[in-house]
Amino acid sequence: MSGSLNITSATVDPALLDLPWQLPLDEWPVENIALLPKGISRHLVRFAHLSAHVIAIKETTDEMAKREYAMLRTLQGLDIPCVDPLAVITNRSDVNDTPLNSVLVTRHLKFSLPYRALFSQTLRPDTATRLVDALAVLLVRLHIIGFFWGDVSLSNTLFRRDAGAFAAYLVDAETGQLYTGGLSNGQRENDLEIARVNIAGELMDLEAGGRVADELDPIRISDGIVAAYRSLWKELTGSESFSSSERWRINERVDRLNDLGFDIEELAIKTDDSGTTVRIQPKVVDAGHHQRRLLRLTGLDTGENQARRLLNDLDSYTAKFGRKDYDEEMLAHEWLAKVFEPVMRSIPRDLKGKLEPAEVFHQLLEHRWFMSQQENRDIPLSEALNAYINDILRHRRDEATVMGPPTGVITLPIAVQSGAVSDDDDESTEEAPTEPVPDWRLTV
Amino acid sequence: MASVTFDHASRLYPGSTRPAVDQLNLETADGEFLVLVGPSGCGKSTSLRMLAGLEEVNSGNIFIGERNVTDVPPKDRDIAMVFQNYALYPHMTVAENMGFALKIAGINKDERASRVLEAAKLLDLEPYLGRKPKALSGGQRQRVAMGRAIVRQPQVFLMDEPLSNLDAKLRVQTRTQIASLVRRLGVTTVYVTHDQTEALTMGDRIAVLKDGLLQQVGTPRDLYEKPANIFVAGFIGSPAMNLFVAEVVDGGVQFGTSVIPVERELLSSVNAKTVTIGVRPEDIVVSSAFGEGLPVDIDLIEELGADGYLYGHADISGKRTDLVTRVDGRVHPNAGEKVYLTAKPGHLHLFNNESGERIGNKPVVTA
Repeated sequence: MSGSLNITSATVDPALLDLPWQLPLDEWPVENIALLPKGISRHLVRFAHLSAHVIAIKETTDEMAKREYAMLRTLQGLDIPCVDPLAVITNRSDVNDTPLNSVLVTRHLKFSLPYRALFSQTLRPDTATRLVDALAVLLVRLHIIGFFWGDVSLSNTLFRRDAGAFAAYLVDAETGQLYTGGLSNGQRENDLEIARVNIAGELMDLEAGGRVADELDPIRISDGIVAAYRSLWKELTGSESFSSSERWRINERVDRLNDLGFDIEELAIKTDDSGTTVRIQPKVVDAGHHQRRLLRLTGLDTGENQARRLLNDLDSYTAKFGRKDYDEEMLAHEWLAKVFEPVMRSIPRDLKGKLEPAEVFHQLLEHRWFMSQQENRDIPLSEALNAYINDILRHRRDEATVMGPPTGVITLPIAVQSGAVSDDDDESTEEAPTEPVPDWRLTV
Repeated sequence: MASVTFDHASRLYPGSTRPAVDQLNLETADGEFLVLVGPSGCGKSTSLRMLAGLEEVNSGNIFIGERNVTDVPPKDRDIAMVFQNYALYPHMTVAENMGFALKIAGINKDERASRVLEAAKLLDLEPYLGRKPKALSGGQRQRVAMGRAIVRQPQVFLMDEPLSNLDAKLRVQTRTQIASLVRRLGVTTVYVTHDQTEALTMGDRIAVLKDGLLQQVGTPRDLYEKPANIFVAGFIGSPAMNLFVAEVVDGGVQFGTSVIPVERELLSSVNAKTVTIGVRPEDIVVSSAFGEGLPVDIDLIEELGADGYLYGHADISGKRTDLVTRVDGRVHPNAGEKVYLTAKPGHLHLFNNESGERIGNKPVVTA
């Protein structure tokens, strides 16, 4: 490679320099590539190894790489769950000095999964609903900070298991824009409509590939995002009025938001001239109510629902062993040392990549409940732990670095050579172009 | 299909004192391809988003056909944002990819099939309807994506810098494809770009915006031959028009050592001692007589085969002024030399120094 290479990065990993930037991404040698993406993206995206991590590399224009990098950094700063932008590399050229596209490098989130990797055979309606619910929470959070996404879809999201639910992470900010004055209703509605159509399309595509359960109705599931979004939006931003004698309703609203996983940072309270009516409206809300409490008490950084689950166990521990002279922090420390950490230490090394620690703990509690129901007795945690490791955990696949397509769809190729990327999972079953084509009227 | 009308439409962002779009009055005829063009921050994208329903209209109205859509939600406006979503689904046939949004909208199977077939014929995709996108070429995939918008039979297509993420070669190809396809379909289209070449090559008419204000609207030829003000004169055309202040003298304007004649009628409407003159690179010639015209030091000659461009600078009223002129690609002076340039009579654009407005209404037909 002649000429210089420009790397813009907040935290430079020197190993970044060793990657073969002088080659077009579609010609990178196998030893660098973590796994071929299954779809063709709007831009070419491939996963590669960097030190101990897996990174996603997107070839795009100089301007767009820089813009998306800056956008992801801004979103991170605003505490939005999104992929970790690592670097922008510009000024690339090959050995003959032919200029190559710039790239955006993001870090693959550990234990995060593309939606297509979240089920083994077919997608069941309840899993699909949980995915859509997670996406609705992400979309509300983005809209609250004034981010118009423009391409909301399951494919542009990664999911982490979160104690029976999912937490959604934004992957692709290419079409997004941040409006400091907030979003108009029209912008929010448009994002919702884009989400509804994209989700339906993605589910219909799975259906066409025979990968959804018979009872799953793509349109009904995709409509679900609208309802989930609206109810959360209303709860987080809506105003309510009540008589001043019902002031307990302020606490009730705060509790309701806490249950949903949000803290109110700023609440507008107005009384009318006569002082008989009170009107309240949350002005600033912050996601991660349970996460923050768990982090403060134990130092554990988990998903919101995982935190809720762990806090429940901590609360029952406190109820059982708590003494008057012990404060909450001391008991939390004791719970961590006597309950949580011994469980984590008991997980055999070769099984540690299966699930996140907090998710393991959640599943263990689930399993203990299940065993107790079956055997009609209290099961000690240690007994449940052995059964869980041998009967459940051992048979799961590793999810620490499961990779799949950055998008689950074929999108418009931009100067991507045909055949440069392998296609989707049922490639072998697709008919060759020269074979007789079935009547399209049967499929539309 | 329908016309689109902005009627005194304004958008003021909260906390801002200057409107992003200020009292926009603009009409697009049924079936017309209108391009909104201007530099970054001029209000072109905001105008498009107002039409799409993504931005609030603080005052004024927007009509699609006879219908006032100012307060109508985006999805009920009967518009399609083309290229907003590029997704093609690998397991679905081309027909399914084109028609699935109709299924979501609850349109029955027969109607879906007929609309898909109609769109496929327009897009030359009929033979591929039963195939998967994988079996298509890049261009065909692009047409399928377009098909998704067409089957909805919207009244208006909206496109916001759809080519901005393509490399230069593909941009030119796709530009031609979009322009010809939209004309075949005859759907009213509003297209936003910052690139004046894109605007000139694609639009039936072009609206030039700056600082939220409409500067001029007209056909590409109108804008090129009769720019309404100094801004449009400098913005439309590449290389840009040469613009500088010149002294008004008897019978014309001073151009270095010579006087370029200006029609008496036009000259009489100039009420000042100086005027801003504009002259396109193709309307400036190297004087055959050394010493006649504007003395220019040549900085660079850009050879483009048959043609070339001479880039140089002159001292005009004590100010260094850059100039560019078209020259023969084979026979031309060289960098470092001094030449005298003169403008072709009848090819001068005159602008008021203070207001920047064009003086005289006659188009200047360039060489």
